[in-house]
Amino acid sequence: MMNNLSENKKLSIICFSGDFDKLVAAFTLATGAAAVNYEVNLFFTFWGLNAIKTRKGRHFTGKGVLARIFNFLMGGINNVPLSRLNILGISPKLMNSMMKKRNVATLKELVGAAIALKINMYTCEMSMNILGMTLKDFIPEIKEVIGVSRFLEYSSGGERIFI
Amino acid sequence: MTIHKLDITKEHCPMTFVKTKLEMSKLKEGEILEVLLKEGEPLENIPKSLKEQGFEVLGISHIESDVYKVQIKK
Repeated sequence: MMNNLSENKKLSIICFSGDFDKLVAAFTLATGAAAVNYEVNLFFTFWGLNAIKTRKGRHFTGKGVLARIFNFLMGGINNVPLSRLNILGISPKLMNSMMKKRNVATLKELVGAAIALKINMYTCEMSMNILGMTLKDFIPEIKEVIGVSRFLEYSSGGERIFI
Repeated sequence: MTIHKLDITKEHCPMTFVKTKLEMSKLKEGEILEVLLKEGEPLENIPKSLKEQGFEVLGISHIESDVYKVQIKK
């Protein structure tokens, strides 16, 4: 049988937040939609960039002293905080173990699923510029560095969500 | 004919859909996938979404308590 969906079914998510729970929501929606044949675009900007950095912990990446300090403070996917009740970073770790215990996909598993499903992932040119980062600072599955006009073009005709 | 098997009875949304989709992508045209899934959301929506994607749902059978088997042809 032929696959006949995907036409007119497109979901584009602007991943602005770098909060653990909001990233889980973004990746859950994205992978779920891709699994039922939506064309899915994830556009990472500002704090959202932390989820897809190559280096998953705290590192002085980027160009310039301030940018390097900022990148260290923000960290990578291992450091994303809960939007509420973060309790000095303990809660995301507790949440992660609860998710594993209940057999719910963790944030890292969801990112892995997004990669396996070949979801289109883009980074924001402007945010990267502020933070002195280049494409090599992100996972290799990032397709392209884009700006607003290109995002609007790619997401045209589908649903857009800001998280 | 090769019959592939997938057990998603312990999975939750969205991995129920994700694992089915990824497994289906491994199949060759004409091959069959047997998915073990639970009643409720997976049973209601996975066969429906597979049909929408153009696959043929050959049958749904009750295995035990809340577990069902769905046969899909690519």
